[in-house]
Amino acid sequence: MNPVAAPADASLTTLFDARRLWRGRARPTQADGIPTGLAALDDALPQGGWPPTSLSEILLPMDGVGELQLVLPALATLASRDRPVMLVTPPYLPGVAGWSARGLDMRHVVIVQAASSIETLWAMEQSLRSAACSAVLGWPPQADDRALRRLQVAADTGQTPAFVFRDRRHVEHASPAALRIELETRPAPQLRVRKCRGAQPPAHPVPLPRRGA
Amino acid sequence: MLWACIVLPHLALDTLQRRRPPGEQPLVLIDGPLQARHVLDADAAAQATGVRAGQPLTTAQALLARFEALAHDPDLTAQQHDLLAAWAYRYSAEVLRLPDTGGRGAVALEVQRSHRLFGHWPDFEKKLRDDLTAMGFRHRLALAPTPLAARALAEASDGAAIDDPGRLRQRLARLPLRHAGLPGRSEETLAGMGVHQLGALLALPRAGLRRRFGAPLLDHLDDLLGDSTHPLPRYLPPDRFDLRIEFNFDVENIASLAFPLRRLTGDLADFLAGRDGGVQRFVLSLGHRGHAPTRVVVGLLQPERAPAALFELARGRLERVALAHPVVFLRLRATELPPFVPGGRDLFDQRPEHAIPLEQLQERLRARLGDSAVYRLQATVDPRPDQAQRIMPAKADHVAPTTRPRPTWLLPRPIPLRGHGLRILAGPERIESGWWDGGDLRRDYYVLETADGQHAWAFCPPGERPRDEGWMLHGWFA
Repeated sequence: MNPVAAPADASLTTLFDARRLWRGRARPTQADGIPTGLAALDDALPQGGWPPTSLSEILLPMDGVGELQLVLPALATLASRDRPVMLVTPPYLPGVAGWSARGLDMRHVVIVQAASSIETLWAMEQSLRSAACSAVLGWPPQADDRALRRLQVAADTGQTPAFVFRDRRHVEHASPAALRIELETRPAPQLRVRKCRGAQPPAHPVPLPRRGA
Repeated sequence: MLWACIVLPHLALDTLQRRRPPGEQPLVLIDGPLQARHVLDADAAAQATGVRAGQPLTTAQALLARFEALAHDPDLTAQQHDLLAAWAYRYSAEVLRLPDTGGRGAVALEVQRSHRLFGHWPDFEKKLRDDLTAMGFRHRLALAPTPLAARALAEASDGAAIDDPGRLRQRLARLPLRHAGLPGRSEETLAGMGVHQLGALLALPRAGLRRRFGAPLLDHLDDLLGDSTHPLPRYLPPDRFDLRIEFNFDVENIASLAFPLRRLTGDLADFLAGRDGGVQRFVLSLGHRGHAPTRVVVGLLQPERAPAALFELARGRLERVALAHPVVFLRLRATELPPFVPGGRDLFDQRPEHAIPLEQLQERLRARLGDSAVYRLQATVDPRPDQAQRIMPAKADHVAPTTRPRPTWLLPRPIPLRGHGLRILAGPERIESGWWDGGDLRRDYYVLETADGQHAWAFCPPGERPRDEGWMLHGWFA
């Protein structure tokens, strides 16, 4: 009997398609991810890019290590007049010239300044649920497991990709995010996929080319 | 013509009761001079203990240990009566507001011409009853060829219908006289004459009636039977909305205002639906004892009339208010009521069910986080980094992006960059400008890599190029 026979049961196929169940080394059934603009990273991710309806968590050692460079190519393809990209409580002012140089039309980027962590999470959740944005990026100062789970559910409900940027020290804690990427600067600029729903995270880091400087 | 009449036997009590959160003390409505207070109406909890309309207040006090006694406010009842007429205007262009005494009221509406829109009478009747129940008004309903006949019929038997004008006289003849709403004291006088049914009154000669009771009684009978040539005055909805809820206790925190606010915005939505309009701006006033009221302006980007959206936006604005004094009344005023154009949605829209348009999302965020919390940025032609971008006005023009390295994060103001092992990746780029407006600036900008691997955009005085100290950080190449 062939151990890797195609599943006859329709419900099993559903589970495979939803990536709730995966086979050891099998490639995903469909690559519906949003291309990251980094071929090496696309290859490492089961959906071939950012999960389009889930929460992605990006863990940083400090600001300015290439975290925006990682997401800007995808945002440049997503942002449009009808469905802008939402930035909720960014830690600095987005530099218009820098973002435009990466291909983003800043008319399609909406910035929301919330005063507290709770309001940041609330604004992110509202934006995700509304399905009126093409992507929602957030920098909550504090977010626990429950808050991230709410964002994950909201991203799923609104069918919108969500990105949350957090400090690297959270890497130890479990997270409901569908994808977790940790940025490293030593020995070289690189990123490690810590978790990706639907596959085993790749063992090797992906080099991150720094450009624009 | 066919008229539906809605009799509101407990209008004054329901008006007060629907503004109170449920589950409070029994409510008794009282009226009359201070020395001779009597019970005008009582809610179900009070009725259960034997309190009845017409009893002296002392009797109610003897029957009930704890209850809330509220004095009848005719102005408030009249205001609510107006709102119900505005609600009825949604169903018909011909609405009559029939006033009554003793905290009661009635609204009549012509329904025959609205049949095609709202269905035939049993369906139409159900719509009206569902609306009234949802608004919290007990009611009696009947259908007849004239508004006054419909009212008499509703008083006599709830749910009755006469749709044949030929049988009107015959059906009315059987009604007791007290339901006919006769003017003045004529009912008592007629009872003294042994006339107890409408049929007996209609059989009396008109000339004798005119001599004994005057013209008002005959006019009333003509209106009742539809023989009148003077139509009753029609109700016209006002072009502004103003409603207030008085509290008979001090409200200390904003959260307790949610319930009355929901009623106010719900009434506003009903009013708007009646005149097929929307609201773009309304003012909430929080009244204080001995201080000027706190005004909360709720502005919207486009006309809106959905009750849930109005409530949510108003609550978002209200939650940002810091209460300096206790609140004694809440008032909602809307003077600009533009036409409402419902937003269209594509039949094959693939978006999730509870999706809301971008405008509505931005409004919701602005309502809670403040007007200036949601914005977009735009590049300007100014070369100075501090002025190279600004918050985007409503109408934006496009500026070609520069080809020089520019950071993706910009610090609101430069700070000293501390660190060792800084490595210069690019630079210098001299920016020298602003002599014309006093914001003179001469800097050499460099792209630096810190020992931790961050890419920084930093500057120093022109021509200096320090090693580790003396850099000013202005942005990150994130």
